[in-house]
Amino acid sequence: MTGEDDVLVAAEGVVKHFPIRQGIVFKKEIARVHAVDGVDLSVRRGETLGIVGETGSGKSTLARCLTGLHPVTAGRIFFEGTDITRLSRAGLKAFRRDVQMIFQDPYGSLNPRRRVGSIIGDPFAIHGLADGAERRRRVQELMELVGLNPEHYNRFPAEFSGGQRQRIGVARALAVRPRLVVCDEPVSALDVSIQAQVINLLRDLQTELGLTYIFIAHDLSVVRYVSDRVAVMYLGRIVESAPASGLYGRPRHPYSAALLSAASIADPDEAARAERIVLTGDVPSPIDPPSGCRFHPRCPKAQDRCTVEDPPLVPRAGDPSDHVTACHFPVEPGERLARREAGIAQVSTDPDLPEAAP
Amino acid sequence: MSYSDLQAEAVPVEPGPAASVRGRSPFRLAWARFRRDKLAVVSLVVLALMVAFAAMAPLWASWTGHPYDATFPKTALDVDGQPVGPSRHFWLGADQLGRDVLVRAAYGARISLIVGVVASVLASLLGVAVGTLAGFVGGWLDTLLARLMDLTLALPYLLVAIMLATTFQISSVFSSLTLTIIVIAFFSFAAFGRIIRGQVLSLKEKEFVEAARSLGAGNLRIMFVDVLPNLVAQVTVLTSLLIPTSIVFEATLSFLGVGVRLPMPSWGSMLGEGSDVFQTAWWLLAVPAILLLLTTLSFNLLGDGIRDALDPRSERLIGKR
Amino acid sequence: MLRFVIRRLLYAVLVLWLVSTLVFVFLHVSPVPVERVIGGPRATTDTLAQIRRNLGLDQPAIVQYGQWLGRLVRGDLGDSYVNGTSVTSLIADRLPTTLWLVFGAGVLWFVGGVATGVFSATRARGLGDRVATLFVLVGLSTPPFVMALVLLFLFSTELGLAGIHWFEAGPPLQEHFLQRMVLPWIALAFLMIATYTRLTRGSMLDVLGEDYIRTARAKGLSERRVVYRHGLRAALTPVVTQFGIDLGALIGSTIVTEKVFGLQGVGQLVYQSIALGDTPVIIGVTLVVTLFVVAANLLVDIGYSFLDPRVRLA
Repeated sequence: MTGEDDVLVAAEGVVKHFPIRQGIVFKKEIARVHAVDGVDLSVRRGETLGIVGETGSGKSTLARCLTGLHPVTAGRIFFEGTDITRLSRAGLKAFRRDVQMIFQDPYGSLNPRRRVGSIIGDPFAIHGLADGAERRRRVQELMELVGLNPEHYNRFPAEFSGGQRQRIGVARALAVRPRLVVCDEPVSALDVSIQAQVINLLRDLQTELGLTYIFIAHDLSVVRYVSDRVAVMYLGRIVESAPASGLYGRPRHPYSAALLSAASIADPDEAARAERIVLTGDVPSPIDPPSGCRFHPRCPKAQDRCTVEDPPLVPRAGDPSDHVTACHFPVEPGERLARREAGIAQVSTDPDLPEAAP
Repeated sequence: MSYSDLQAEAVPVEPGPAASVRGRSPFRLAWARFRRDKLAVVSLVVLALMVAFAAMAPLWASWTGHPYDATFPKTALDVDGQPVGPSRHFWLGADQLGRDVLVRAAYGARISLIVGVVASVLASLLGVAVGTLAGFVGGWLDTLLARLMDLTLALPYLLVAIMLATTFQISSVFSSLTLTIIVIAFFSFAAFGRIIRGQVLSLKEKEFVEAARSLGAGNLRIMFVDVLPNLVAQVTVLTSLLIPTSIVFEATLSFLGVGVRLPMPSWGSMLGEGSDVFQTAWWLLAVPAILLLLTTLSFNLLGDGIRDALDPRSERLIGKR
Repeated sequence: MLRFVIRRLLYAVLVLWLVSTLVFVFLHVSPVPVERVIGGPRATTDTLAQIRRNLGLDQPAIVQYGQWLGRLVRGDLGDSYVNGTSVTSLIADRLPTTLWLVFGAGVLWFVGGVATGVFSATRARGLGDRVATLFVLVGLSTPPFVMALVLLFLFSTELGLAGIHWFEAGPPLQEHFLQRMVLPWIALAFLMIATYTRLTRGSMLDVLGEDYIRTARAKGLSERRVVYRHGLRAALTPVVTQFGIDLGALIGSTIVTEKVFGLQGVGQLVYQSIALGDTPVIIGVTLVVTLFVVAANLLVDIGYSFLDPRVRLA
C-alpha cells in the first residue's frame, strides 16, 4: 500500500444540507435535510474505498459532492491538492475529466432516445477530444474493453439487458481516462447472477488502468470483496472507518456490528455461532437528527453521555491508527449485544426499481 | 483475467438477430405501429383529400366560373329570392346571397387547415419554449412563468378571445387571419407549457442528466441533447391533438363574427351567416358542418394513432384488437 | 388548515384583481369607440366629445382606473355606458338564466359521462366499449355551436325530425322552462359527456386494476358490489374534482349556446356589450365569470386538502 502522501482525494468537514422551501411567491426555508453532516475522508491512489450505510445515510449525496455534482454547504474537497469546491467553471470542466461516476440505475442513467455509440461518445464530444471516425473507433475500443459487441454501436439502450447497460455506463465513465471513479451502488439494481460479472469487470479494469475507486453500496459482502478500506455511514456521518479486514473482523461501532450481524454469512457453522443484533426503531429523520451521538436512540449500549456529547472519529483503545470509530463505548471483542435486543430485523434497503430485462 | 476472458463472460444475454446491427430507432418502430392502425391511416387519407380540396379552391372557382365572393342573383336564387339547392350549376347549392357553397367551402377548408395547423404549431413552440425555460432554469423565473400560465388558464378564454378579436379588428393592426391565429395560440400555449414544464422537471431529475453533468456537459448541451429529444414524442402528440381544438376555436370565433373577416369564407362564418335560413336551405348547415366534423374527427383519430404509435404502453382508445 | 385556506383565498383575490385589471388596461389600449355607438353615425364632433365627458372618458386612464377600483371595493361595478343601468342589476337580471343553463347541463353531462364511462370500463375492449369510444371521439370533435345548430334544425324546422316544432325560443324562466332548456342543455353538455366518459373510463380502469379490488373479488363479493361499491367510489374522486373546475369554467363559455337558442343570459349580455364597447359591462361580466372559475378551483382545492392532507404543503 502506498504512503500517506499519495492521497488522491481528501474531504474535510464536508456538509451538505438541502433546504425545504415553502410558499407561493416568496419561498422561505422551513427546514433543512442534513444529508451529509461533517465528513472527513481520504482516498489513496489506486485503492478502493468502500462506503456502506442504509438508504438515507447520505452516501449517495456524499458521492455527488465528491464528484462536484452538488455544491457543498460547507467543507473542502481536495483532488490532487486542489480544492474543487472553489473551482471556476473551466476548472470544474477539467476536473470532470479526472473524476467520473457510475450510476446505480442502468435504466435511468442512459438517455433512452440516444444510440449507445453517441452515449459513450458523449465525453469525447463534450471535451472536444475526438470527432467523426476517430470518435467511433475509440468508442468501439471502449465497448470491447467492457465486454460489449462493438457492432452494437448504433443500438438504443432499450435493446440491452441490465448488465449490458451497466457496462455501457462503465464505458462512458472510462472514456476520458479518469483517475477517480465513483461507483454509486453500481450493482444493486442488477440480478445477483449479473452482479459478479460487473464487479469482476470493475476490478479487472482497476488493475489494468490503475484506477482509484470510491465504491458505494449497502451490500456488505460486495463492499468487502472490492474494497481496501471501508467507511460506515449513518445519518450523514462516518461512524467507523478501517481497512476492510479490520472492520469486518473486529467492528467497534455498535452500528457497524449490527450491520455485519445482519449480513448473510456463507459458512453455515459460522452462521450458527454468530449472534444477530437487532436495531429498534427506524432511522431518525435527517431533517432533525438526534443530539449527541446520532445513533444513540437505537444503540443497545447508549448511556446518558451519548445523548449530549458527540463522539469524535478517532482510533479507540487497542485499535491500529487507521481504524477510527466515533463511539464513546466501542464494542469489545467477544461482547454480545444481541441479548439486549433479540431476533433479526434488517429491513431490505434495496431500491424500488423495475425488474431487469431478461 | 484477460480481456478475451471478460468478453467470453460477457456474451450478450439476449441473442438478438445478429444481422440487425443498426438499431431500430424509436421513430421507425412508431411508424411500423402507426401503419397497422387502420383508423389512423384512414383519417390520414381523409385529411390528405381535405388538403387537396382546399388547395384546389381557385380551380373550383375557375371551373364553375363562381369566385367565392361573387353573387349570382339570377341563377342561384329562385323567384322568391330563396337560394337554390344542390344542382348542376351549384353542386352543393347556393347561399342566401346567391354565392356558390362549394367554392366557399373549399376556401373555408383553407382557413380551417391553415389556422388549425399554424395556431397549434405556434402554441406548441411557445409552450415548449416557456415550459422548458421554466422547468429548466427554475427559481424565480419558474415561479413567474408558472403563475403566468396559471393566470392565462384562469381567464374565461372565449370571452377574452372575443374581446381581443373585436377590439384588435377595429384597430386593424393585423389581418383578421393573423389575429385569429395569434388569439388561438395565446389561449392554447399555457396548458401546453404546463405539461412541458412538468415533463422537464421530471427529466431534470433523471440520472442520465446527472450523468451528462458529471461528464462536464453545460446547461445548453443538456437541454438540447438530453432533455428536448425526450420531449419530441409528447410534443408531437399534444400538437396533433391541439389542431382539432384550434379548428373548432376558429370556427366558433368566425361563427360569432369575430374570427376571419367577411367576405372571406370560413366554415364557421358560413354556419353563422346561414343560420337564419336553415329551415329551407338545409345544405347551408349540412355542408360546412359535415366538413368541419370530418376534419376534426380525422385529426382526433390521427392524434390518437400517433400517441399509440409513439407510446405503445398508453391505452388504445379505439380500433383493432 | 386555516392558514392554507387564507393563503388560497388571498391568491384567489389576487387572480381576480389581475384579471379585471388586465381587461381594464386592454380595453383602454384598444377601445371600441363607444361614443360613436351612442351618438350614432351622424353625431358631430362636439356631441361625441360631450358624450365622452359625460361618461368620464376624457379623464386619464389612471384616474378612471382609480375610480373604478374605488367603486369595486364597495361592490359597485359601475353603470352601463349605453343605457345607464347599473351593471350589477344587469348581471343580476341575466345570471339566473345562465346558471340554470350551466347547472342543468352539468347534471346531464356528469350523469351521462359517468354512466357511459362505467359502462365502457366494465366492458373494456368489448363491443360496447368500442361503440362508446367512437361516440367519445365524435363528441370531442363536435364544436358546441354545430351541435346547437343541428339540434335546432332537427327540432324546430319543417325539414327536421318529422316536422316536429318542438323548440320555441323565449325566456325559459317565465314559461315552458323544460321545453326551452332541454335542447340548450344537450348542446352544452354533449362535448362534456364525451370528455367525462373518457375521464371516468380511464379512472375506473386504473382503480379496477388495484390490488384491493382484486382482494374484494377474491373474498367473493359480487361483481356488482366490487364495481359499484369499491371501484366507482374511488374512481369518482378525480372526476368530481374535474367537475368542480369545469362547472366554474363553463359559465364563461355559454355565449354560443345562448346565441343559437336565443337565451338572454350573461353570455349574450357580454357578447352584445363587446360589440358596443360597453366597457363597464364587459369588465363586470368578466369579473363575475372569473369569480366562478376561481371559486370553483378554491372549493376543489380546499375540499381536496381535507381528503388528502399532503396537498397542503404543495
